Amino acid sequence: MKQDLIYFLPELIVSITVLFLFLLDCFIGKRSRRIFPVIAFIGIAAMMLANKSSSPLPSARFFSDMMVFDHVSVLFKYIFGLAGLIAIVIANGSHELEKVDKANYFTLLTALVLGMMLLANAHHFLMIYLSLEMVSLLSYILTGSLQGSRRSSEASLKYVIYGGVASGIMAYGISILYGLTGSMTLTGVAEFLRMNAVSKTALYTSVLMIMAGFGFKVASVPFHMWCPDVYEGAPTPFTAFLSVGPKAAGFAVLLRFFFGALSQTTTSGIEPIKIIGLPALLGGLSIATMTLGNLAALQQKSMKRLLAYSSIAHAGYMLLALVALNAEAVTGVIFYLSVYLLMNLGAFLVLIIVGDQLGSEDISVFQGLSKRGPFAALLSIVMTVFMFSLTGIPPMAGFIGKFYLFGSVIKSGHYTLAVIGMLNSVVSLYYYIRVVKIMYFDEPVDGRNLTTPMVSHASTVFALALLTIYLGLFWNGLANIVGQAKLF
Amino acid sequence: MILLSHYIVVSAILFSIGVIGVLCRRNALVIFMSVEIMLNAANLAFIAFAREHGGMEGQTIAFFVMALAAAEVAVGLGIIMAVFKKQGTIDLAKINFLKG
Repeated sequence: MKQDLIYFLPELIVSITVLFLFLLDCFIGKRSRRIFPVIAFIGIAAMMLANKSSSPLPSARFFSDMMVFDHVSVLFKYIFGLAGLIAIVIANGSHELEKVDKANYFTLLTALVLGMMLLANAHHFLMIYLSLEMVSLLSYILTGSLQGSRRSSEASLKYVIYGGVASGIMAYGISILYGLTGSMTLTGVAEFLRMNAVSKTALYTSVLMIMAGFGFKVASVPFHMWCPDVYEGAPTPFTAFLSVGPKAAGFAVLLRFFFGALSQTTTSGIEPIKIIGLPALLGGLSIATMTLGNLAALQQKSMKRLLAYSSIAHAGYMLLALVALNAEAVTGVIFYLSVYLLMNLGAFLVLIIVGDQLGSEDISVFQGLSKRGPFAALLSIVMTVFMFSLTGIPPMAGFIGKFYLFGSVIKSGHYTLAVIGMLNSVVSLYYYIRVVKIMYFDEPVDGRNLTTPMVSHASTVFALALLTIYLGLFWNGLANIVGQAKLF
Repeated sequence: MILLSHYIVVSAILFSIGVIGVLCRRNALVIFMSVEIMLNAANLAFIAFAREHGGMEGQTIAFFVMALAAAEVAVGLGIIMAVFKKQGTIDLAKINFLKG
């Protein structure tokens, strides 16, 4: 039990930060609210340092099989930490969040990072269910954090209703799986399925129902309906975080579920269990998700809705890699999530900088952006980098990410799926490039120039753009680290 | 004699009632009640299976599901209040400010 705490150190640090922020609210007056983001930032940065020091430890299960520690969980903690740090920088100083109580916002945001870390390490279905709900409940509250805003409260109502239904379906799915196998741990389920024959229909039903909970988190069809409305209604700094953080956590638990409970290690590597057609199920879900996301994104007028549908499409690309269910798929998904984190947060940050100054979140706000002064010209270049990277055009990081994703699918022999994925990328080219086109070829609707925003916002957006190009040219370092990651 | 299958049938019926409630009713509060029924269907199945398997795990998770359901309703009711103050209705068919 004492040794278990070594594996839990990063989570422990974030927990202490959350409790400290919670208590601090009682002692600090209205004036010094600026200390909250600073402490949250330090807490999450300390978590990442502790995570680095725990990375050489061997894989282990701890807390009586409730949680698991392995290299994949270390990598995911880095992703969550980075997303949390950038989200704090973005939220700090955003005009939209000016009236929101900073103490609550940053405490809940740090707690959300903790929930995602627990979700990525969960090994027991009770833990999976609890941490998934922790992430969901905090997301509902933060979505509705703009008091008095009709859009924000409506978005959080829609979110909480879809989320409640998804978690109800998932709880029932877990109960069926428990009834079938008598085990509540992921590896326990896999063990039982290897040794015993179970009813195919019942297993398929329970997997589908559990997928409802996970699919809701990653916004995959048919549980994507909340996504555009919530993204549009939530405060943009939180939307940015929502599009990368909880989505990455959802993929972490998906990887654990499919590799831990529904695959077996054979002499030729990892293989999905034979009784149910997992590749067909996941392939169908993935194609439906990416096609719907891309087609719906074509006709959006609001930039936030466009990015919402684009995030649905990207969830589809990542689900495609899960079809392969091989070691390359794990690498592909984690690599893509890290790249997606950079480019998507970057695109949202540009939208926040432009939207804060010009007072709109429609795509039309980008009209003639490059002609709105020197800073705007620079920002247009940065936005072009993010849009090209989201499409997957070399030499941006998004291209390398898609290369790894589709590579794992091709290696497993699903050529048709890979072709459909690439065709979808071509469709997505249209709406991403349209943003670039109106930035450069349209005239601005008024003569307002863009002034330089806060130093923290400006430096973050340039750092994200540089990293997106850097990882597109020198991806080997990251790919090696991710490639060595072993599940369980 | 009440067998495992009886419990499972009851829980499946309860779950279906919950799903139908979610799909057919438009009042946000009633939808929350339906979600509650779905969660309790899961609880019943968990406890029935726990008796069958002879372990404590299924019984424990039922308590956690109950606690979480309460937390979800607490958050949900707060949000419903916020929407009601702003829009004067909790009929989901009329709450359609966000669309596109």
